Amino acid sequence: MQRLKSVVDLESLRERILSKRDPNRTWVTVCSGTGCHAYACEKVAEAFASEIEKSGLEEQVGLRRTGCHGFCERGPIVVIFPDGICYLSVKPEDVSEIVSTTLVDRKLLQRLLYKGEDGEQGIAHESEIPFYKYQTRIIFGNNRLIDPRSIEDYIALGGYSALAKVLSEMSPEEVIDTIKRANLRGRGGAGFPAGIKWETSRNAPGDVKYVIVNADEGDPGAYMDRSLLEGNPHSVLEGLVIGAYAIGSHEGYVYVRQEYPLAVDNVSNALGQMREYGLLGENLLGSGFDFDVIVHRGAGAFVSGESSALMAAIEGKVGEPRPKYIRTAISGIREKPSNLNNVETWANVPLIINKGADWYRGIGTEGSKGTKIFSLVGKVNNTGLVEVPMGMALREIVYKIGGGIPKGKRLKAVQTGGPSGGVIPESLLDLPVDFDELSKVGSMMGSGGMIVMDEETCMVDVARYFVDFLAYESCGKCIPCREGLYQMLKILNRICGGEGQEGDIELLATLGEVMDDCSLCALGQTASNPVLSSIKYFQDEYKAHIQEKRCPAGVCKALISYYIEPEKCKACMICLRDCPVGAISGGKKEIHVIDQERCTKCGTCLEVCPERFGAIIKLPYKEAVAPYGAKS
Amino acid sequence: MEKTDKEKMIDQTKHRGASLKTSNNNLKTRAAVPTPVEVAAPVTLKINGNVVEAQPGMTLLEAAQSADIFIPTLCHHKELSNYGACRLCIVEITARRRSRIVASCLYPVEDGLEVLTESERVVRHRRVILELILTRWSWVDKDLLERYGIKQSRFEKNMNFCILCGLCVRYCTEVKKANVLGYVGRGTERQIVIYAEQALKVCPTCDGGEMGCRSVCPTAVIPMEFAHTGPRFGKKIPLAYPARAYDRDNVRDVLHIVGDWRMPSVRKSHATKH
Repeated sequence: MQRLKSVVDLESLRERILSKRDPNRTWVTVCSGTGCHAYACEKVAEAFASEIEKSGLEEQVGLRRTGCHGFCERGPIVVIFPDGICYLSVKPEDVSEIVSTTLVDRKLLQRLLYKGEDGEQGIAHESEIPFYKYQTRIIFGNNRLIDPRSIEDYIALGGYSALAKVLSEMSPEEVIDTIKRANLRGRGGAGFPAGIKWETSRNAPGDVKYVIVNADEGDPGAYMDRSLLEGNPHSVLEGLVIGAYAIGSHEGYVYVRQEYPLAVDNVSNALGQMREYGLLGENLLGSGFDFDVIVHRGAGAFVSGESSALMAAIEGKVGEPRPKYIRTAISGIREKPSNLNNVETWANVPLIINKGADWYRGIGTEGSKGTKIFSLVGKVNNTGLVEVPMGMALREIVYKIGGGIPKGKRLKAVQTGGPSGGVIPESLLDLPVDFDELSKVGSMMGSGGMIVMDEETCMVDVARYFVDFLAYESCGKCIPCREGLYQMLKILNRICGGEGQEGDIELLATLGEVMDDCSLCALGQTASNPVLSSIKYFQDEYKAHIQEKRCPAGVCKALISYYIEPEKCKACMICLRDCPVGAISGGKKEIHVIDQERCTKCGTCLEVCPERFGAIIKLPYKEAVAPYGAKS
Repeated sequence: MEKTDKEKMIDQTKHRGASLKTSNNNLKTRAAVPTPVEVAAPVTLKINGNVVEAQPGMTLLEAAQSADIFIPTLCHHKELSNYGACRLCIVEITARRRSRIVASCLYPVEDGLEVLTESERVVRHRRVILELILTRWSWVDKDLLERYGIKQSRFEKNMNFCILCGLCVRYCTEVKKANVLGYVGRGTERQIVIYAEQALKVCPTCDGGEMGCRSVCPTAVIPMEFAHTGPRFGKKIPLAYPARAYDRDNVRDVLHIVGDWRMPSVRKSHATKH
């Protein structure tokens, strides 16, 4: 492969690639993100390869393993282009039937199609499926069209044209100006205007500057960055090179968390290809601009996703944050100006350059432009990664795209922003997704985690979960965060354990206040959000736990009990045998009784009791009434 | 007249936020920033309504102390780098009509800043921070507690006397350059431990046998103990562990635990013996 020596070289290469590709050729694309790998998508792909060969269709049909499509609830996903026929939950055993039915006979295989609400007629085309239809996949959509390990796929889609435009037609100041006008705000959580950060770094004194991709993505439940890096690494890297040019940096870092091996693999592979093609290294596309990138792997700490901690880790020190009175954009790695942005922020850059700031401003709200990728997870029918324009209402995302709550349960709240964010109750579900709107109600957009919770989620338990997570992940340097989280956890554990006291809520609020104002870094400053927002909107649940020793959602083990209704028990012995701790007594004709002292609240008895009997119920309080005749 | 390069750089640094003075022995810390600059023109700010003049490069704490204004501290020491961990030195600053809480030991002076060292918010938070310190260590300075009206702590006790102020670590690293003391663990599991092999080499003769880390420790919980092989070999090393939390019989166990930082849960059980 000849190095591309100029922008003209790149364009000729693009033309050559496109001329060799028949736009009408059939392509079978198999989603190969990490999620689908866990469902044997590789076996599906292999099965396709062998079936296509067996049917002698290699000339007409191409096979492509692509990046994550986003509909993770229904993986492995197979989309057949150019028609856009979408098969869901494909197993390796289904492949031969797909090949014979769809590829040979050109008919649809009904059972693998998405079934609509009415259930009968399946939806054949990907773009019609509600999950995809209501999204605006300007960033994420390319994942399904390219093999992330092929730079030519990326170039065929127009890749690196933004970089070419920047290097040949724009000055660094013009690039920064464009990003500023587009009002690209950081997608990592804080929503700081990227253009201003770039400008600060550009203007900071010194010749050595760094640009960094923050791919630490520590929020539990968030995996957008992973899928972007795995599925379309070049889009992120192209943005990085453009940013480096604008700032005047010649050395970049991609900090990937240790737990993302496929992302590390695909990014390293992409960097190797860029070097081969002359898109990284010296004299990029003949512009005289030098730039190269180092991949740095994380070591398993959530706190090292904080920008100053991340930079300390890159320097080889312990990943602990420092107070940012002197901003990292001015003094970061080795005290040099360092511009750090999130993966998704970088991925937006080529789009803004190609289509212009005005086009970008046309999407989104007044304060938040563009789209945002959310990981829609929890008690929702269509879990996965969704990309929506800023300003779309939460209700639309959960119901139109997410397909509502499974098993007909009632939605209780949506948690956004991970451990730094808060809960948004059902009453506020018409809020638009917007940096400022979500902050106003005590939550935040965060990096994009969106956890849907139903009536069977205990909000006190949710607060406890996040505090437990943060207590473990805090760096422990400053007193408000370390001791504050320790005390908050103690209090919440007591409350969930049935030992809540009057004054606990006030103590939590006091601790929260101190942590908000006095913590050294943003982990501590936002740590109280899940607790304080759940107290604000679900105070009745806290009161039930503390005053009545009752868990309304039926979750906190110390506050629930399982009870066998004597009138309904048919003494079938199933629960008796399945109880893992032998807490159920009884016999063939004897009504079964659960010994509350031995019961561990595992819920097995409730699950195994035959539906036609339905003798076991879960009581949302500690004391269970002993049945007639049994010893109390 | 054309400005020299140095003057241009000074202009830029003044604009972007002055650099922090590094500690006397020239150590680079994570809190320190590009080269301290010698500038003639002082910075004027207001502390508690009083006009104070300071040199660019000073911290708010230094500026206050130079004007005899009291700000409580715990993890601060003149001869060691500024750490900003205890957050007792917090003050409320107002700039451009926005006010926020910052740690005065780290925040660099800025022209026109308005600083309040005892505002309602600061005092409220400081009280809670003192209560949190009390969960770990009972003998906090009586005058300080009285000044803020703290009689006891509302929070659950977690007595282990080490308040993780890090003074001993910084003393050993920056002044003695011996790196015997360090942190392990994260969050609520964070602790200070000694690296026993290094300690055996270095500590017996440190500061004439007096071990300076013990003198900077505010809770005075670094005892001298005999390492590994007992009094026979007579080698004394510091124990970064509260002396009162164990008795002489299990010294060997404790030393073993302190040296092996992978067992924080075991350490916890010792702490609850109290």
